[in-house]
Amino acid sequence: MNTTIMLFLLQDGITNGAIYALLGLALVLVFAVTRVILIPQGEFVTYGALTYASLAAGQMPGTAKLALALGIGAFAFDLFAARKALHGRLILRSIVANIVLPAIVLALTVYFAAQKPPVAVCIALSLVIVAMIGLFLYRIAFQPLAHTSVLVLLIASVGVHLALQGLGLLFFGAEGQRGPAVLSGSFTAGALRFTGQSITVYGITIAFIVGLWLFFGLTLYGKALRATAVNRLGARLAGIRTTLSGQIAFLLASVIGALSGIMIVPITTLYYDSGFLIGLKGFVAAIIGGLVSYPLTAVAALFVGIVEAFSSFYASNYKEVIVFMLLIPVLLLRSLAAPAVEEEKD
Amino acid sequence: MQSRLPILVFALLMAAIPFVPGMPPFWIVLLDNIGLAALVAMGLVLLTGVGGLTSFGQAAFVGFGAYTTAVLSTTYGLSPWLTLPLSLLVSGLLAVLLGLVTVRLSGHYLPLGTLAWGLGLFYLFSKLEFLGRNDGISAIPPLSIGAFKMLSPGSIYYAIWVAVIVSALLTMNLLDSRTGRAIRALRRGHVAAEAFGVHTPRAKMLVFIHAAVLAGLSGWLYAHLQRAVNPTPFGAQAGIEYLFIAVVGGAGYVWGGVLGAALVVVLKEVLQSYLPLVLPGSGQVETIVFGIMLVALLQLAPGGVWPWLMSLLPERRSGKKPDTSLKLEQRPRSPGQSSVLLQVEKARKQFGGVVAVNNVSFDVQAREIVALIGPNGAGKSTTFNLITGVLSATSGSISVLGSKVDKAPPQEIVKLGISRTFQHVKLVPDMTVLENVAIGAHLRGHSGPISSMLRLDRADEARLLAEAARQIERVGLGDQMHQLAGSLSLGQQRIVEIARALCVDPMLLLLDEPAAGLRHMEKQRLASLLRDLRDGGMSVLLVEHDMGFVMNLADRIVVLDFGTKIAEGTPATIKTNPEVIKAYLGVAA
Repeated sequence: MNTTIMLFLLQDGITNGAIYALLGLALVLVFAVTRVILIPQGEFVTYGALTYASLAAGQMPGTAKLALALGIGAFAFDLFAARKALHGRLILRSIVANIVLPAIVLALTVYFAAQKPPVAVCIALSLVIVAMIGLFLYRIAFQPLAHTSVLVLLIASVGVHLALQGLGLLFFGAEGQRGPAVLSGSFTAGALRFTGQSITVYGITIAFIVGLWLFFGLTLYGKALRATAVNRLGARLAGIRTTLSGQIAFLLASVIGALSGIMIVPITTLYYDSGFLIGLKGFVAAIIGGLVSYPLTAVAALFVGIVEAFSSFYASNYKEVIVFMLLIPVLLLRSLAAPAVEEEKD
Repeated sequence: MQSRLPILVFALLMAAIPFVPGMPPFWIVLLDNIGLAALVAMGLVLLTGVGGLTSFGQAAFVGFGAYTTAVLSTTYGLSPWLTLPLSLLVSGLLAVLLGLVTVRLSGHYLPLGTLAWGLGLFYLFSKLEFLGRNDGISAIPPLSIGAFKMLSPGSIYYAIWVAVIVSALLTMNLLDSRTGRAIRALRRGHVAAEAFGVHTPRAKMLVFIHAAVLAGLSGWLYAHLQRAVNPTPFGAQAGIEYLFIAVVGGAGYVWGGVLGAALVVVLKEVLQSYLPLVLPGSGQVETIVFGIMLVALLQLAPGGVWPWLMSLLPERRSGKKPDTSLKLEQRPRSPGQSSVLLQVEKARKQFGGVVAVNNVSFDVQAREIVALIGPNGAGKSTTFNLITGVLSATSGSISVLGSKVDKAPPQEIVKLGISRTFQHVKLVPDMTVLENVAIGAHLRGHSGPISSMLRLDRADEARLLAEAARQIERVGLGDQMHQLAGSLSLGQQRIVEIARALCVDPMLLLLDEPAAGLRHMEKQRLASLLRDLRDGGMSVLLVEHDMGFVMNLADRIVVLDFGTKIAEGTPATIKTNPEVIKAYLGVAA
């Protein structure tokens, strides 16, 4: 192999790895705060990507309608949960957040979709739509199960994944789509060619990692989220609304997912079911990071991306086998390094 | 455990179904599929619901079973009946290999680890040349007996359901045995089970292999039902689906696995065939509805459908009292009885910079009740954990009957005749008092998993249960013997722990706050029980906060404060010791 190929593979791996890093961060975040292993993370990616691509192609994405439908569902759950102490302000707030907001976004989407909007508008709309879907999903599917075991939450998460994937086929069809580049243009440095798109990917990933770091280290909400992650009951006793923490976690995860999707879709063709595998690789990174450490997850994600790039060059048949089997030695090392501690489960 | 009548009725019912006139052949196909899924789910019930080990990888074991027989019966022309043991063996051996890596993983690493190798193996199946890559292997010979070939779904139906019912019986037998109790204790953490000699990694490995072999059996049947295999049904999606079959049915119950399989297979079929009529349109409407129904079901019945159904039936707790005339062999005593049972010398335990136990020395003689007292955080429970091998001392030594046991694990300590109770009760709440107490006698029984499955363990089991019943009556809980341990008051649960510790046939009993939560009369009864035990030749070391209780009972008292021993002596001298008064009441007193 010559240096050019190696550099090229490395670059490819780092671009993919950056995406996996973002997804891994989101998975760690959601798991730590809500104990949900977020399998539908992959659907946030495809929804974001395909909504963006549809809008850019001047088509009306079905996800905007889904957001409104889920909003109505969330409103119903709110009403049911508060049925013993209903009062006007609460109902009003719930209506505004769950129905009026998605309805406005739907109207905007319908308006813009007809006239091939500029890239920035497509990005903004896609992000808002997927963020609302994530938020409402938490309200409908996971908040009522917040007290149950990790296993039950996991199975619910699988249920949500199946439903979303089916809806994805309904909205976007079986055809793959590509979107326009977020940042066009390119430059070359030595033998390597950097596209505007890959620079965007690096930039946004770094911005997010720094942003999350600042958010968790410096803001009150960030600290509340960390407190919820450490001890749910203790956080509640200290006056932290754990429901709010869950909402923030899901909001961040869906925005990160959608953003990752928007960044990949100009590079690779995405199908309605591509998200699952992409999400799983973020997962591999998150596990290597131990589901707790953000920096370790980011490093692991880059590693996963590079391993994937090299194995697709040398043994493309066994690319997936190698990526997933990578976990076994890592897990082994982890379990040897940290012997099992007593867990009180029920 | 339960009567066998419902199972017999179920078996006869299943045997009769193909003879119902006008039975659509398609229903038989569905029943075949239910049986295949039920086998895998049953293994998961044991692994996940009972043992607490969540696995996404079961589909891969189905694949091992199916591919083994596919390769051997096509390429090498072996008879399917010969490949059956080989399929099970391959699944079992690979379970040992994968288990060595995964079973040690703690918490959430375990399910994620299984997901990882589940995915990896799926891609391996679809890439390997000798497994036919993505096309798989076709023209697998059918099962046959003599000239009778099981070509139709109706003929292999019996093979599948015999496998399901026999596996269910074996699995239930296993759960209702010495090994089964060890498995059922796993989900509640290791410490309690290990304190009574259960080798928890081995128990976990056992359920892992059991589940893998059941999955392999399902794969073997699948290969000969379809007579073709390809990688698709052994992927991660299938692994996830098996898991939710178990959860939907009720992950703690063998029949929950069968019920879950029936529900999920039928539901999917109904959705696939009727939904397009209601909602015409493209694509995977059934997947959407299926996913939504799954979430709804979990919100309505998070415990699964089977326990919910059972709770509708009138409760009948079959309380047959074990025959207490059966005697269990005494634990072998080590020769050379020295009068010092336990010698703690300069034991020290540091957690980072915190010194929890600071060079503490004391001993316990034969036929003596020693109390370890001190304010909260004095290091009493840590001392207990050092003695019983849960923690290992940073420095210093601990000897039992003159021999050092510093690095011995809990399983070895209990063999020496030291048994304990816990400050925070560690019982299995969904097991009866009798079963919980019988865990204490774990090391005094001998039956292994195979003999338990085949019910060859009954004589051994009867002796264990007799011993447990005797100890329960000794502590005065005879009336609660068949109640679930979780339904007792906290005070009674502490007494159950004492009965469990007595089942070890110990020479030294360590009790961590036994009187907490007891009423006055109960405390008096406990005190007189402990005196009886001492007069019978046993020694007791107890941690307790109730001074009235301690002062009237103990022969000797050791006082700790901030990890350091500050006094030792008879109750009378301790009461007047100025250091002790200072530690408890502050300087001014």
